Amino acid sequence: MDLILVILVDGLIYGAWLFIVSVGLTLVFGVLGILNLAHGSLYAIGAYSTATAVGIYFAYGGDAFPLGSYAVMALAALLVAVVIAPLLERGLLRHFYHRDEVIGVLVTYGVFLILEDAIKLIWGVDPLFVYEPYDLLGMVEAGPLFYVAYDFLVIAVSAVAGFAVWYFLNRTRRGKVMLAVIHDREMSQTMGVNVDKVFLLAFGAGVFLAAFGGALTAPMISVSPGIGVNVIIVAFAVIIIGGLGSIEGAALGAVMVGISRAASVHLMPELELFIIYFVMAVVLIFRPEGIFVRTQTRKI
Amino acid sequence: MKSTVKRLVSATAAAALSLGIAAGAQAASHSETFKIGVVTFLSGGAAESFGVPAWNGGKLLIDMLNKGELPAPYDQKGFGGLMIEAIEIDEAGGATKQVQEFRNLVQREKVDAVLGYVSSGDCLAVPPVAEELKAFLVLYDCGTPRVFEEGSYNYVFRTAAHAAMDNISLAKYMTSRGIKVGSFAGVNQDYAWGHDSWADFVASMGVLMPDAKATTSLFPKIFAGQYGTEISAVMREKPDLLHSSLWGGDLQAFMLQASARGIHKRMQIALAAGDHVIPQLGQKMPDGIILGARGMNGLAAHAKGGELVDLLWDRYKAEYGVFPVQAPFRMWQGLLGVKAAVEKAMKANGGKKPTAEQMAAAMKGLTWEAPSGTITMALGNGHQAIQPNAIGTTKWDEAAGEMTLVDVEYYDAECVNPPNGVKAVDWIKAGFPGAKCD
Repeated sequence: MDLILVILVDGLIYGAWLFIVSVGLTLVFGVLGILNLAHGSLYAIGAYSTATAVGIYFAYGGDAFPLGSYAVMALAALLVAVVIAPLLERGLLRHFYHRDEVIGVLVTYGVFLILEDAIKLIWGVDPLFVYEPYDLLGMVEAGPLFYVAYDFLVIAVSAVAGFAVWYFLNRTRRGKVMLAVIHDREMSQTMGVNVDKVFLLAFGAGVFLAAFGGALTAPMISVSPGIGVNVIIVAFAVIIIGGLGSIEGAALGAVMVGISRAASVHLMPELELFIIYFVMAVVLIFRPEGIFVRTQTRKI
Repeated sequence: MKSTVKRLVSATAAAALSLGIAAGAQAASHSETFKIGVVTFLSGGAAESFGVPAWNGGKLLIDMLNKGELPAPYDQKGFGGLMIEAIEIDEAGGATKQVQEFRNLVQREKVDAVLGYVSSGDCLAVPPVAEELKAFLVLYDCGTPRVFEEGSYNYVFRTAAHAAMDNISLAKYMTSRGIKVGSFAGVNQDYAWGHDSWADFVASMGVLMPDAKATTSLFPKIFAGQYGTEISAVMREKPDLLHSSLWGGDLQAFMLQASARGIHKRMQIALAAGDHVIPQLGQKMPDGIILGARGMNGLAAHAKGGELVDLLWDRYKAEYGVFPVQAPFRMWQGLLGVKAAVEKAMKANGGKKPTAEQMAAAMKGLTWEAPSGTITMALGNGHQAIQPNAIGTTKWDEAAGEMTLVDVEYYDAECVNPPNGVKAVDWIKAGFPGAKCD
C-alpha cells in the first residue's frame, strides 16, 4: 500500500513538472501549427532569468519577505515572454506560417541553436543557484517518506495553469476566437478576426509557459548550459501521447509518463528510460494521432 | 703595416660575422616554441565542472612556466627553455569531430604534442589516430580503464590514474574508518562511467565488507536533472550507505534535492568524485558526506600541503576567486609530466627540441612530482599513470566560511591501483593481491 502511495506521489510530482514544461509546446502547435524546437531554450532562459531575478531579490533585502520570491519567479517568466515572444513571432515565425511544417521545424531548430549560444553569451558557462524558494515551505510527510513541500506547490501550480489555459480556450470569447483560428484560419480572417494578434497572443502564452516551467524548475537544479535539451525530448513524448495541440492530452500524457516512470524506478529501474517510449508506442498503435486528437480523413 | 691593418680588419670582420651568426643562432633558439594542443570541454555539460576549471589551471601554469616562476625541478623556463605556445580546442561535439580536430592539430597546426580529453569516448577514439600519425598524445583526464587494458600504443600516454582507484579507495575508507555498512545502494549515471564506478564499488565492497548487501542500483540518464523518484526509491530501501559517482550539474541537482529531503540524516552518502561541486554548492553540501576527488586533488591536496600545491592553490584562488578542484590538478599533473618528458628527451638529445619518438621514449615509465603527489607511469607497459588517492569527509568551517575535508585518509598509488598487466576488476575480485598499503 505504501509503495502504491509513493509511486503515485512521485508520479504526480514528475507528471506535474512534465505538464508545465510541455503545455506551452502543445498550445503553440495547436494555434500556429509550428512544432517549436526552441521551446527547450525558452525554458532554459526562464530558468536563468529566474535565477538572476531571485538572486537580486535576496541580495536586496528579500530575506525580510522570502515568499515574495515566488512572485519574482512569475514576473521573471512574464518578462521573458514579453521580450522574446514579439521578437520571435513578429520578426521571424510569421514569415513561415504558410510554408510546410518541416520548414517551421528547421527554423525553430535554428532559433534553438542561436538561443543556446545567446544564453552562454549572457550568463556564461558557470552554473547559477537559486535554492531559497525550494526550502521555503519545509517538508511534508506522505506515507513512509518525506517530500519537499515545494514539489506539491509545483503540482498545484501546474493544475491551476492547465485549468486556466483550458478555461481561457473553452469558456472565454477570446479563447473561442482562438479556437476558431485553429479550426479555419482563412474563414476567421474573413469574419474579421485579427489573426496576427491571435497568433502573437498564443505564441506569447506558449513562451510564458515554457519560461514559467524553467522558473519553477530553477530552484531544484543547477541552472547551467544545456538544461533545455533534455526537456524538449521528454516534452515531445508527452504531447505526442496526448495528441499534438491538445491541452487535455498534454495533462493526461504527463500523468501517464510520470506514473509509469515512477513505477519503473521503484519496481524495475532498468526500464526507466524504456518505459516512457513504450507508453508512447502503445498509445500510437491504438491512437496514431494521440489520445485526444481524432483521426482525420484526407483526400488523396 | 698594411698587412697588419688588413689582418685586423679581417679578424674584426670574422669576429663580427661569427658574433652575428651566434646572435642569429641565439635568436633562432629563443624564437623556437613548443606548440601544444590542449583539448578539453569549453562548452556543454562537462565544461563548467571539468573543462573550464582545467583550462583555467592550464593557462595559469603555462604562464608561470614561461616566466620561470615554479620551484625546482620545474624552474627552467617553458619546456627546456622552449616557450610554450598552447592552442586550445573545445572537446564538445563527439568522438568523430575530435578525431578530425586531432588531425588538424597535428597536420595543419604542426603541434609538437597534444594534451587532452575528458570524455572516455574521445579517449578511446583518438589514440589509434595518434599512432597512425606518429603524434605524441597525452590523455590527461578521462577515467576508462579500457584505453590501455584493451589497447597498446607507442605514442599515447595517460597521466591520470584510471577510475577504478576512486571506488576501491571509497570502499577502503569504509573499513578503515569503521563505518558500519549492512546494505548499500547506488545512484549512478546510465553510461559507461556510472556503470563501471558502481561495478568497481560493488566488487570492492564484496572483498572488503563481504557481509554488506547491495540493494537498489539506479541509473538515471545523464543530465536528467530531476531525481525526486530516485531519492524516494533509495529512502524507501533505507540502506546504510548510498554510493554515487554523479558529477557536474547532475550531482549539484541531486544534492540540492536529496539534502532538502534530509537523506543525509538517514544514511551515509559516499561520492566517488564529489569534490568539484563544493565551490558551487557551498553549505548546500551537507556535513558528513564522504567524498573523493579522483586523486589527491583539491581540498585533500591542500590539507596535505607542500611548496608546489600551496603556490598553485594561492595563484589559482587569486586569479579566479575560487579554489582549484580536481580538474586543474589533473591538468597540472599532465602539463608537468609533458615538461618532465620533454626536458628528459632534450637532455638525451643534446639540448635540441625532441621528436615525438624521443618524447615517447622519455615518457615511458617516467616518474615526476605533481601537486597531486608522485605520478608514475607504471601500468600499460609504462604508458598509464598511477597516483596516490585521498578520501575525506565534508565539514563546514564556520569561522573561515568555507568547506573543509576532515578525517582524510591518504592511499599510496600501489595500494589502490592494480599492478601492470592486470585488469582492475580482476585485481579487485582476487582480493587486491600485491597491494602495497602503509
